[in-house]
Amino acid sequence: MGDKGLFLFICLLPAAYAGPNIVKWQAEGGSRVFFVETDELPIVDIKVLFDAGSVRDPDEMGGLALLTNGLLDQGAGGLDANQISDQFERTGAVYRASAGLDSASVSLRSLTDRQALQPALANLARVLASPDFPDQAVARQKKRLLTALEAKRQSPGAIARDNFFAAIYKAHPYARAKEGTETSIEAISRADIIGFHRRYYTANNALVAIVGALSRTEAEAVAGRLTANLPQGERPAPLAAVSGLAAGDEIRISHPSSQVHVLLGQPGMARTEADYFPLYVGNHVLGGSGMVSRLFEEVRNQHGLSYSVYSYFSPRREKGPFVAGLQTRAEQQQEALQLLRTLITQYTRVGPTEAELRASKLNITGGFPLRLDSNAKILDYVATIGFYGLPLDYLDTYVDQVNAVTVEQIKRAFAEHIDPDKLVAVLVGPSDNNGNNNGNNSRADDKQERP
Amino acid sequence: MRYLCVVLTLLAMPLPAGGQVQEFVFENGLKLLVKEDHRAPVVVSQVWYKVGGSYEHPGITGISHALEHMMFQGTEKYPGGEFSRIIAEQGGRDNAFTGADYTAYHQTLEKSRLAVSFELEADRMRNLLLEEQDFTKEMEVVKEERRLRTEDRPSAYLYEAAMATAWQTSPYRHPVVGWMADLNAMTRQDLQQWYQRWYAPNNAIVVVVGDVVAAEVYTLAKQYFADLPMREIRPPRPRPEVRQAGMKRLVVKRPARLPSLLMVYKVPSYKTALQSESIADWEPYALEVLNYVLSGSSSSRFARYLVRGAEVAATASASYSLIDRLDGRLLIRAVPVEGKRLAELERAIYEQIDLLQTRPVTQQELERVKIAVVAADIYEKDSIFYQALVLGMLEANGLGWQRADEYVEKIKAVTARQVMAVAKKYLQADGLTVAMLEPLPLVPTAAQRAPSAGGRHGR
Repeated sequence: MGDKGLFLFICLLPAAYAGPNIVKWQAEGGSRVFFVETDELPIVDIKVLFDAGSVRDPDEMGGLALLTNGLLDQGAGGLDANQISDQFERTGAVYRASAGLDSASVSLRSLTDRQALQPALANLARVLASPDFPDQAVARQKKRLLTALEAKRQSPGAIARDNFFAAIYKAHPYARAKEGTETSIEAISRADIIGFHRRYYTANNALVAIVGALSRTEAEAVAGRLTANLPQGERPAPLAAVSGLAAGDEIRISHPSSQVHVLLGQPGMARTEADYFPLYVGNHVLGGSGMVSRLFEEVRNQHGLSYSVYSYFSPRREKGPFVAGLQTRAEQQQEALQLLRTLITQYTRVGPTEAELRASKLNITGGFPLRLDSNAKILDYVATIGFYGLPLDYLDTYVDQVNAVTVEQIKRAFAEHIDPDKLVAVLVGPSDNNGNNNGNNSRADDKQERP
Repeated sequence: MRYLCVVLTLLAMPLPAGGQVQEFVFENGLKLLVKEDHRAPVVVSQVWYKVGGSYEHPGITGISHALEHMMFQGTEKYPGGEFSRIIAEQGGRDNAFTGADYTAYHQTLEKSRLAVSFELEADRMRNLLLEEQDFTKEMEVVKEERRLRTEDRPSAYLYEAAMATAWQTSPYRHPVVGWMADLNAMTRQDLQQWYQRWYAPNNAIVVVVGDVVAAEVYTLAKQYFADLPMREIRPPRPRPEVRQAGMKRLVVKRPARLPSLLMVYKVPSYKTALQSESIADWEPYALEVLNYVLSGSSSSRFARYLVRGAEVAATASASYSLIDRLDGRLLIRAVPVEGKRLAELERAIYEQIDLLQTRPVTQQELERVKIAVVAADIYEKDSIFYQALVLGMLEANGLGWQRADEYVEKIKAVTARQVMAVAKKYLQADGLTVAMLEPLPLVPTAAQRAPSAGGRHGR
């Protein structure tokens, strides 16, 4: 570590590396619009984001947000799914829909040539405001979702994640998988989907992010066109706060895999948390910096226990998870879990060394341009800034904020946010020879075999 | 006729002025490709070696990939994990990947730091330490990677078994990660020999794309790479696939929840088409169009007729390997939707193949594919990493980077008749392998079952 080797090359970026110029306004119907003009390529990326993620699923109706989102282009404004996809694709436009926990979105990538963009926009506006949710499409997508559930059941990683979130979030909506369950999917009717769409896909609940070769005037027209036909609606109520864990837990789930998937963590931080930078930079040292993190060095480089080992905060509207993970063969599961636990506990108490912090800062700040080197990446940042209400100069001050973090801040922030005595561990896989991991099958695996 | 107008305009659209690729070859045989792209102050640097899974033979499978892991374990000048630490301190991202036909190492950096990448890559091209202790530990990591990515993923396990069955003599039958027994038996000396044999400037290509000036990159590359000694490279022995004389079928039973289907048709790659007198140069491009007609978007036939339409598939996709070094394959993967059987799905796929062979694809479909290709060609310029990837892959497979520039024009030239012709010529049952995954119950195996069921355990 330190300055040997290529010390000559180490140079800091110019202090004021500015982010993209983000322009913000409100469309007529009330939607917030965030726009960045980039004119090198004749393309535009558009994302329309709604506070309509699976946290908005009513109880007993897990999967509703995901189904609604996936059904938007399966019939709209009298056109069927084939006609809708033809309409996008005949000008080379690419449509995608995606639903997560906090938000659900649709996005469009198109050439900016008028003949390409205009029909694609008309089609996107139709999909957003006038989905028909045809009965047959609803039935089909429900079946496909059931298949997706089966795919998760055969993946030890997916089983581990579902059970981990259930364990750390308990009664909070973050505890539920966005795919729902057999029972909840069966329970969802077309009327539920229509109701969900009407309630959440509204102008006031929409955020439009646009990055590409358009003028401000053109971007205004785009945003106007996409949101004009959305009902006014209103923003949904704030989410419940995440409660802290009363105690740690260790959950073992049998799975006939060769490896045991290990997750260890607890609720972490919200996206707007004041300690965001100390926690982000602190975790970068611990397990966020790929092949040079502490976890990687110890677990993989020193002990060869796992191919992948990491830790991350996944900040959300409310406290997103802090999680560390690895996968290892059955005999070593105890050793690996113990090592992971020790490293996290130790780090939470002692924090990074000055040298580690310096290395992480150099990586984050020196690599800052890499975060913004494509329209696609800029779009993601802009959507995040808009959705979570981060300051518009977030990217302009990013490097300074990272550089300002101290060892003491990291120690304090970790001590405040992570309690190493209340970590939840989930292990999915075969038992070792000492009888460890002789647990029942997971909650996601309680269904009878397919005939 | 408005539809057609749009199509014609888009197909005639001039491509945005991208940087031209500049090629330099040093006396020691190292090839340097530079493409300037000044959109962001970032540079991607990739070093490609012409070695990978298809260069291996039984008994040493996985050796190229294992060596890729060891390339991060240090040289005398930069021991241990110094390589990754230095790149990280420079704000860079680095990693590597091994394929059947290549091994590639890459860094992405702020533009002024390209020299860091060159210094480190030039060093490990010839000076790798390969110490016993690192080797022993890293082989465990490689085995964990195999468990993670193949053993515990039913679809990957099926793919591996299907390839080992479909290919009889072609080295594409070996998994890139290697068979577990080969990994267990591998020695440090094996890796040493493999490294000596393939890692040399005359078997490498350096690709740089980003906010750089080509002439300056040349000067920098000369400084770091030009003095590395060359080595005699003996190309791998030819191991062409024998002609398949009848359909092959296999069933793989694994603990799983979803049955799935994998179909492998043997088809020429662009490289083998160029080498063969009986294969026209347009055929691989017609196969590429055929692939897009079947798969890749919501309008393609699998989505339209199998997922929607017949509602027999939950997912269905095809993929064609245009730029393989050897004869390639058209792969079809599909998962039946709840309540449908594999046999029904397989029949539905044959119906689609049959349609391709008996009726020309519609003008509308052909144009959709061509527009998608034109648009994708522009969209892909949003990623400098991807641009470098295409150049490196073409070069490593011996096709030459120039093919990247021809791609869109060659696709545009494909006719409906040509698509039908390749469907008839190559999608024949006698050259087909059908692999089925039959799920076994997801219960712990007997050897792993513990004495009593314990449910959740408190700590």
